[in-house]
Amino acid sequence: MFWELIAANRRKSFMLFVGMAALLVTLGYFIGEATMGEGGGTIGIVVATAVWVIMSAASVFGGPDLVLRMSRAKPVTADVHPQLFNIVEEMKIAAGLPAMPKVYIIDEKAPNAFATGLRPEDSSIAVTAGLLTKLNRDELQGVIAHETSHIMNRDVQFLTLASIMLGSIALISQVFLRGMWYSGGSSKRWRSSKKSEGGGGGGALIVVAIVLAILGPIFARILYFSISRQREYLADACAVRLTRYPAGLAGALEKISQSPLHLEAANQVTAPMYTVAPLQGAKAASWGSTHPPIQERIAILRGMSEGAGFLSYQHALAKVRGKPSMIMPASALKKDERVAVREAHPDVAREQSEKDKARDVMDLMRAVNGFAFLLCACGLKIKLPPEIEDASIACPRCGRENEVPRAQVTEFAEVAAAVGAIVGSQAKADAGGPPFAQPAPGGSSGPDAPLEYRRRAHKEWESFSCACGHLLQLSPVFSASQMKCPNCTRITRIV
Amino acid sequence: MAALIFLGVVVLAVMFFVGIYNSLVGLRNRVKNAWSQIDVQLKRRHDLIPNLVETAKGYMTHERETLSAITEARSRAMGAGSVAEKGVAETQLTQALSKFMVVVENYPDLKANQNFLSLQEELTSTENKIAFARQSYTDAVNFYNNKIEMFPSNVVAGMFNFRPETFFEIEDAAQREAPKVSFTR
Repeated sequence: MFWELIAANRRKSFMLFVGMAALLVTLGYFIGEATMGEGGGTIGIVVATAVWVIMSAASVFGGPDLVLRMSRAKPVTADVHPQLFNIVEEMKIAAGLPAMPKVYIIDEKAPNAFATGLRPEDSSIAVTAGLLTKLNRDELQGVIAHETSHIMNRDVQFLTLASIMLGSIALISQVFLRGMWYSGGSSKRWRSSKKSEGGGGGGALIVVAIVLAILGPIFARILYFSISRQREYLADACAVRLTRYPAGLAGALEKISQSPLHLEAANQVTAPMYTVAPLQGAKAASWGSTHPPIQERIAILRGMSEGAGFLSYQHALAKVRGKPSMIMPASALKKDERVAVREAHPDVAREQSEKDKARDVMDLMRAVNGFAFLLCACGLKIKLPPEIEDASIACPRCGRENEVPRAQVTEFAEVAAAVGAIVGSQAKADAGGPPFAQPAPGGSSGPDAPLEYRRRAHKEWESFSCACGHLLQLSPVFSASQMKCPNCTRITRIV
Repeated sequence: MAALIFLGVVVLAVMFFVGIYNSLVGLRNRVKNAWSQIDVQLKRRHDLIPNLVETAKGYMTHERETLSAITEARSRAMGAGSVAEKGVAETQLTQALSKFMVVVENYPDLKANQNFLSLQEELTSTENKIAFARQSYTDAVNFYNNKIEMFPSNVVAGMFNFRPETFFEIEDAAQREAPKVSFTR
């Protein structure tokens, strides 16, 4: 059922590509003819093609990585956010992707997400930390399904190829128009000499070239944006079809549109790829935007009254927009059976408190920045900073001794360091900084000797003073091998 | 000349047969592949249950029957052989788990336990994955079964003993039997 959609998409992409290529070649020809005279058209075509080849080579080889780096997305493992990984895998199975997309988290509070990768075999999905904390499971599933649909429908491929073509056309036009502007005098002289030879067509050619150079990019942009908007509708429809739950994506879009936060990592290049256009207001949407207005998308999703199939989406879309515009090929619609909407996920009803959510955001940031987590048997989640060196750690709630998963901590720290997590590396530098000094109860002397405290008994509360004079207390269940002074951050070994 | 034409017809017929045979094998493998996708998730669910029961035990002291029902359903599901048997056994397991999830609502301490929450998330996701994988399995079986019933591929299927595959009806069965489950104790 999805196959027809993908095939139709490919045809459309190809047609658009051919159309834009024709425009590029025509532009090159006329500019060449106009500036270099007889036979210059061929050179113009060659130059235009060369510009296009260089630009595509640059973005095909460096594209997806570059986009992820520009957005400051960090690769994460499943331990950081198991639910996100689970949902991505669910959608991978549902969409029948050949491989699991790589998962990235962007350390930003504005909720949004995007997918990248030229082929479905090698794709990535990036979500912001804000998205993970604002949405519930069903809504997150809706957003991930939308991104998975982009991968499945080869929208990323199309967007990349079309934007290269658009870029080439714009570049050549710009160079030509600037050249005309600055060298007006010389070109006039050149033209008159041409005329004396009996050419006569030179002036007309220049006019055609100027008109093409002005209208070409505008035309190409309108075409590109209109198809980009169509693909957004299509991805919404596919997301609903995959999850069988329109309310999930609708709820997510509502929450995203209500967020006043601005996505700092987005720019003109990456903006078209996000779930919701990050640079435009909620209302603004015309021929010059890559995304349909978000309120319209929500209205369509909320208006789906005939199940979760494509036909239902198409009807809702026709009702909202007031005109029947085809988003998907009729052949796919005809065969689309009625798809029942599923029940809401039971956890949705159980809304988290604000405090829990805030804690989750912080946990997530920690995870992204190289903290490892340890689950105690009592149910408490212990955060392990990347600089931890103990073999075991006592649970702050129940006092149970837990072994520190050494490999995991090292791996997390390395991942965080590799992607340049500033927090993690700074913390590491700090830990190496303060020297160990001599504590009150006996031991060797010298400013660099390690602090040590020998416990009297393990059954009752005890206290001792740190080298800085701060009083530290030990609870009866305290069983870790060291303690950090909250005043001077010096570490005392407890024996 | 006639012999040559005859030979040509025979060669064409053989090629035709080989083509059908190969496509049938390909379709059967697709069914197997789709099934293994489901099987992985079913096994995953079986693996999760001991941990879940162990975590819940400490909190749910008055729910011995609910917990033992899950454990029993799990061992029955693990022992099931054919696809049809598995369908029945896994349905029972799903019912036992959904009953458990309703009971859990009475134990706020358990719901606050991080360990339990992550197990619950895993379980939810596994059930979702089973549902999504089942969809592609059903599609594959449908296509394959149609193929071995239709002429001319049914001739080849009969000759080489291609049998129709069974659907994995976990959800439908659950819906049929749902009224039998009562959540009042």
